[in-house]
Amino acid sequence: MKTLTRRTVLKTTAAAGALPIIGSSAYAADPLKIAFVYLGPIGDHGWTYAHEQGRQDVIKKFGDKVQTTIVENVAEGPDSERVIRRLAEEGNQLVFTTSFGYMNPTLKVAKRFKNVKFEHATGYQRAKNMSTYNARFYEGRAVCGTIAGHMSKSGVAGYIASFPIPEVVMGINAFTLAARKVNPKFETKVLWVSSWYDPAKEADAAKALIDQGADVIAQHTDSPAALQTCEQRGLMAFGQAWDMSNFAPKAHLTAIVNRWGRYYEARIQQMLDGNWQAGDTWWGFKEGVLEMSPYNDVIPADVQAAAEATRAGIIDGSGNPFTGPINDNTGKERLAEGVLGDGDLHKMDWYVEGVQS
Amino acid sequence: MTYSLLIPILMTIVGAATPILLAALGELVVEKSGVLNLGVEGMMLIGAVTGFAVTATTGSAPLGVIAAMIASAASAGLFGFLTLTLTANQVATGLALTIFGIGLSALAGEGYVGQTVDVFGSVFPASLSEHPTLRVIFGYSPLVYLSLALVAAVGWFLSRTRAGLILRAVGESDLSAHSIGYSVIGVRYMAVLFGGAMAGIAGCFYSLVLTPMWAEQLTAGRGWIALALVVFAGWRPVRLLLGAYLFGAVMTLELHAKAAGFSLVAPEFLAAMPYLATIAVLAAISARKTGMSLAPACLGKPFKPSS
Repeated sequence: MKTLTRRTVLKTTAAAGALPIIGSSAYAADPLKIAFVYLGPIGDHGWTYAHEQGRQDVIKKFGDKVQTTIVENVAEGPDSERVIRRLAEEGNQLVFTTSFGYMNPTLKVAKRFKNVKFEHATGYQRAKNMSTYNARFYEGRAVCGTIAGHMSKSGVAGYIASFPIPEVVMGINAFTLAARKVNPKFETKVLWVSSWYDPAKEADAAKALIDQGADVIAQHTDSPAALQTCEQRGLMAFGQAWDMSNFAPKAHLTAIVNRWGRYYEARIQQMLDGNWQAGDTWWGFKEGVLEMSPYNDVIPADVQAAAEATRAGIIDGSGNPFTGPINDNTGKERLAEGVLGDGDLHKMDWYVEGVQS
Repeated sequence: MTYSLLIPILMTIVGAATPILLAALGELVVEKSGVLNLGVEGMMLIGAVTGFAVTATTGSAPLGVIAAMIASAASAGLFGFLTLTLTANQVATGLALTIFGIGLSALAGEGYVGQTVDVFGSVFPASLSEHPTLRVIFGYSPLVYLSLALVAAVGWFLSRTRAGLILRAVGESDLSAHSIGYSVIGVRYMAVLFGGAMAGIAGCFYSLVLTPMWAEQLTAGRGWIALALVVFAGWRPVRLLLGAYLFGAVMTLELHAKAAGFSLVAPEFLAAMPYLATIAVLAAISARKTGMSLAPACLGKPFKPSS
């Protein structure tokens, strides 16, 4: 994985600082002006870092046909509206706002600037000039579940979860369903820590889950603290949002990596071709916005093959993670046959059999 | 709860309690001298990043802790200059110090994100520190024992020494202390610097012991819990020790209870618990006849000698 050096940070910052003085007159030969609004610093090695990698992919692919601007550390709420408005005023033609909390500010600015196109990540509000996009993270969870089902000796996984929103719930369910396909007695113990990011608490949660019999830890929180705990105790865990193996070379089995660049490239190509249209996009493995980081060598070859088979099944549609019959954890049948639709996933508020929450 | 669970749970409680205890002990001395420094969170972050950076560079955790103490004390010195020498508002300056610490630590730590260091773990032989039972006594980082020794030292200093008496006098009645010739500003500077150094050790406990890494806002708001703890403990070192372990125990036991499959209270309530407990204690002590007598009388009041 590419590590971020201080120098690249300085370069990016300098470039961002220089941009506001660039004129706003738009000739046909001018590059397409694109802006990205980031929640965190690009050095967070998590959510924002992944979006920044997407922007790097865009620069690599389109070169001087595009000119990109970034604004880091933009707080959700009124501040973000000011930032988005300024980016629109400065003549950016396409603005990516990369966090859920930018939804209403983006919509407000989109209504004012009809000629500017907006792309909002993970939201549900759309307009003629405002699209939404997200990734099917649960597909990666299913691959992790397959690995956990094979690797766990106790048949119990610990799952450190942030908040019980559909996105997190569907991840827990996809993970558990895949693991139970391998080991029908597999159980997932979920521990809610009510935070996206609290390293000390995540570490303590991991310890609590391990003490309760879990020997593999999955997480829907952002710090590598749980991985470090597993490394110290000689157990296994999955990284979150990016390859965290340097924190836990032995414990880190794999991680779901977000490759937003695939989506950014497609949308920018449409802008250049003049056929951009607002819509809602939910891509996964098939479209390349999700990848698994390299499998750890401690995973035997046949388990790696099983994980790859899960991935291949998701890509060709034969192995949808939510294929019936599915019972919930109270024993009630939720789906007899077929697969759950996107609408069901978007409002998922129940747990599959084997989840202890 | 089985016996095999008891030891790891006790050890987790100690881990959760120690950094809060360290930071709160420093703040207790600061407040006893009549100064309210709300910048604990910021100073902890400065300590956390300095400790990590120095340890990652030199490979020596003790050196990292010393550097963290110096860096955090320096930031506290800045607070002291603004509030004591320039008599700026302490609440506003303390909040500014926290925001400053968050930003500065993020900037300074940019190059260290993603690196790891070895845990600053036990210094006892493995036969003790990894013994299934004895590790509950010997299995901790030296900083844990340091925190306990410091509680005793601060308690002794405040109640048994002349210097401690002067410090309390400055906090209770700055004018009286000034009029009999003690340097109010000087004493407060010393207290503020001590508070900074303690916050520095507390920050290190996160970046070197609990989660040996650096990431922005690593302490995730524990500085505020430390501030609440000082009030909760009624400005008394021994109660501070009990309070820190109580807060640590509640946080840890809730996680274990949930992992075991039953939930005592909503997690949101748990997160608010330290603050709710502090409000309850505040309400209780102000309802008593003696009122707020536990709080230093000059807490938060700027001192301007009319020479």
